Amino acid sequence: MTTMQRIQHDRTDGSHEPNESSPFAPQTPQEVEAMLSAIDADSVEELFDVPEAVAFDGDFDVEAKSEYEVRSEIEDLLGRNADRTEFLGRGHYDHYVPSVVDYLSLRSEFLTSYTQYQPETSQGFLQALFEFQSMIVELTGLDVANCSMYDAATALGEAALLAARVRDTSGSRVLVPETIRSERRSVLENYADGAELTVETYPLDAGNTDLDALSDLIDEDVVMVYAQSPTARGAIEERLSDVASLADDHEAAFCLGSDPVALALLKEPAAVGADIVIGDASVLGLSASHGMGLGLFAVKEGYLRQVPGRLVGTSETADGRRAYTLTLQTREQHIRKERATSNICTNQAWVALRTAIHIASLGASGLASLAEECVTMASEAAARLEDVDGVAAPVDDRHHFREFVARTEVPATEVVDELADRGFLVHEVGEFEIQVCVTETNSADLDDLVAAVREVLV
Amino acid sequence: MNYRQATWERETDSGESVNEPLLSEKRTETVTHDDVDLPDELVREELTLPEPAEPEVASHYTRLSQMTYSVEHGPYPLGSCTMKYNPKFIEDVAALDEGSIHPDRADEDAQGTLAILHGLQEYLAEIGGMETATLQPPAGAAGEFTGLLVARAYHRSNDEDDERREVIVPASAHGTNFASAAMAGYDVVELPSDEDGRVPVDALEAAVGDSTAALMLTNPNTLGLFERDISEIADVVHDAGGLLYYDGANLNALLGRARPGDMGFDIMHYNVHKTFASPHGGGGPGAGPIGVVDELTDFLPDPHVRETDDGSFEFYEPAESVGKVHGFHGNWLVLLKTYAYISRLGDGGLKDTSAMAVLNANYLASQIDLDVPYGPFHHEFVASAGDVDAAEFAKGMLDEGVHPPTTKWPEIVDEALMTEPTEALSKDQLDVLAEAFTATGQKTPEELSEAPTTTAAGRIDQTSAARNPRLSWHDVEADDE
Repeated sequence: MTTMQRIQHDRTDGSHEPNESSPFAPQTPQEVEAMLSAIDADSVEELFDVPEAVAFDGDFDVEAKSEYEVRSEIEDLLGRNADRTEFLGRGHYDHYVPSVVDYLSLRSEFLTSYTQYQPETSQGFLQALFEFQSMIVELTGLDVANCSMYDAATALGEAALLAARVRDTSGSRVLVPETIRSERRSVLENYADGAELTVETYPLDAGNTDLDALSDLIDEDVVMVYAQSPTARGAIEERLSDVASLADDHEAAFCLGSDPVALALLKEPAAVGADIVIGDASVLGLSASHGMGLGLFAVKEGYLRQVPGRLVGTSETADGRRAYTLTLQTREQHIRKERATSNICTNQAWVALRTAIHIASLGASGLASLAEECVTMASEAAARLEDVDGVAAPVDDRHHFREFVARTEVPATEVVDELADRGFLVHEVGEFEIQVCVTETNSADLDDLVAAVREVLV
Repeated sequence: MNYRQATWERETDSGESVNEPLLSEKRTETVTHDDVDLPDELVREELTLPEPAEPEVASHYTRLSQMTYSVEHGPYPLGSCTMKYNPKFIEDVAALDEGSIHPDRADEDAQGTLAILHGLQEYLAEIGGMETATLQPPAGAAGEFTGLLVARAYHRSNDEDDERREVIVPASAHGTNFASAAMAGYDVVELPSDEDGRVPVDALEAAVGDSTAALMLTNPNTLGLFERDISEIADVVHDAGGLLYYDGANLNALLGRARPGDMGFDIMHYNVHKTFASPHGGGGPGAGPIGVVDELTDFLPDPHVRETDDGSFEFYEPAESVGKVHGFHGNWLVLLKTYAYISRLGDGGLKDTSAMAVLNANYLASQIDLDVPYGPFHHEFVASAGDVDAAEFAKGMLDEGVHPPTTKWPEIVDEALMTEPTEALSKDQLDVLAEAFTATGQKTPEELSEAPTTTAAGRIDQTSAARNPRLSWHDVEADDE
């Protein structure tokens, strides 16, 4: 046995072959024997009260491996992911995450604790979540932010359910922009279905809401109007206040989708009349992670008692010290059961911690600069592609954030495939439309992308 | 045990006593966007946020971490939460650059990620006795919701959705079961436990019928008891045309001993952050994959992963898919850690996990003075604090340097202390935990009412927190003025 390999016990109760124990269960054979003797049992197996008819005595056919072998296996497997430079966005973005975020968030205390049911021994994590909520409140201008939903799509679903609950009169329609990702819409429809809400789209006009069309569609049966800025196509929406007024006129909630980087620059949602803000907050805190996210969820004060998920508030100890605690828990499933505001329990708290550390390490000025770069880089990249014969960019005559849509004379499928062959990934979003996302993690490769596009369109 | 949690008490500028000031109480900066090429009406006037330097960030969060009790400090026996040790190497695996890819990559450019997702689908199916498993739900409750969407789609396909409007949930079930059923649009029928703490088959027979969509069940249940009548229960539900749903929160009890699929369950969720050791992260992220039997695979969320004839992997949309339950593909990093953990343990390690989890619970229960009214239990047990308020008992335990169990639930046990030590506690740690129970039991009501005294904060006034919610640093500032 090498030192690399943990000594694996042969538990003496006879149920296992040697080398078949968990490396993460510390009991020695002698301890197992002592424990069995303390409970007056002859073997561990006799502790299982499983009727024979449903007992399992087969194998899973999973061979145990050493730590080194598992790491090698996974390195080999992940090595099959093609080595490509991604210019991909559409709701999942790759910003540089400073090392300090990893080192602090990976501390065992943060990583291996759980929901703060005992606040006295969990003050640190509670304060970190309270600060996360505070940052989101500052960025949105709204009054209340929760500790997290799973991602932007599930946050949007929860927003629709909240909008239906807070209305004085019943309603059954939710209006969303036609440019919403189909995946996000599908999640929303699944959340809406149980509450008997239907989801309909309204059109956009060159990246802005088509107000006439929205005005025709909206009526007293609409519980929520959703808009995005930036849109899924990267455009900064210019008519949010008008959308808010239309919603308000019909007693519908106005829900805005955005993200913390965009919010650091764009007009605060509260100032344009948003009642609810949702989005993916993990654009800060996580690098590209195959779509794993952090649902941002903020509302105006009046909706407080209908908020889904965890909320951290301050209180005091008996000796007058400020302390933090989960609060308003009577909204939640473990107390209110089927009358809870949501079924959410496990959430994305650790990602929220990472987002908070990331925001803290950027500071107001760092975050503001990052947001400004997202405008500059998108605009420069669009101008560079516009210079290529056979490309028109951006398609939407708007200002853009991080990404934009370009029209190509060659079918987009061909452009996307040929760019992939040259090592660059962009989105195909229409028959002759590609979408390109630029952040500080791929901007150094922009020259090469432009050169590749030029080759492809020759 | 003589225990002291770290703390740094000081006063803020406004004279409030705190353990660690808020970042906003140290230094903030207000910035404006003067040079950006956007019309003024699209740009916020100013942004005010903390502006700490990196050494201050490091110090702030290190102090916060030290005011947070975790699994690596010692016993953390929350019932049904499975707070086990999280191996370090899974973090390194999750940090591999090659795994950091965008979710919209074409299948051919994401073969490594797809191979791992497919491998995990297979692992979970095998462990649960299911046909396959979707990995998309981002938490256990999301898995429940997804499972009920699948059940609903199944009943719709049989033109029975209009009448099958009820989901039956035992009184002792996790609160999420009730809430998930309601979110999926169902009426909840609560089934009381029998005197043994199990589902009474006769009451179930009376409850099921043409309106039954599904029964949701945890096995072993929240008392740690195996539902011995499970085959009969399955027959009753199936004969009525309903589906049987398995809440996987307690799967750590049964690895390699019994599989939900073999018990007659049609749909199950796995709490991979419980059973398969991905860390709980202060409340998440977890992941809640659901497994289904063959008959239900067409209804699974879009997309699912399959292997093609040439040995590569692809996403596809199941024929009658319920659509999406997450904007992309779920909590990838958690799923990757799960795959690594299962690969490391293998058959023997997985079976041993449950053996040691059940042995630990039984040994611990034998070493404490409190009554444990229901058994034989498996990986967890519910003790009664007797005449003492269980919540007070828990505060007393904090001063013994351990995390207390879940309190006052399930309600079938008076002053319940729902305790799950997991396989990861050594005998020495179990003895420490047992001693904490004993020492707490000897405290007077006065001593308990003053506990805890060794934690970063003493007893916190929950009522005033809810009555006067201060939910951001703006609220704190407003109060100071």
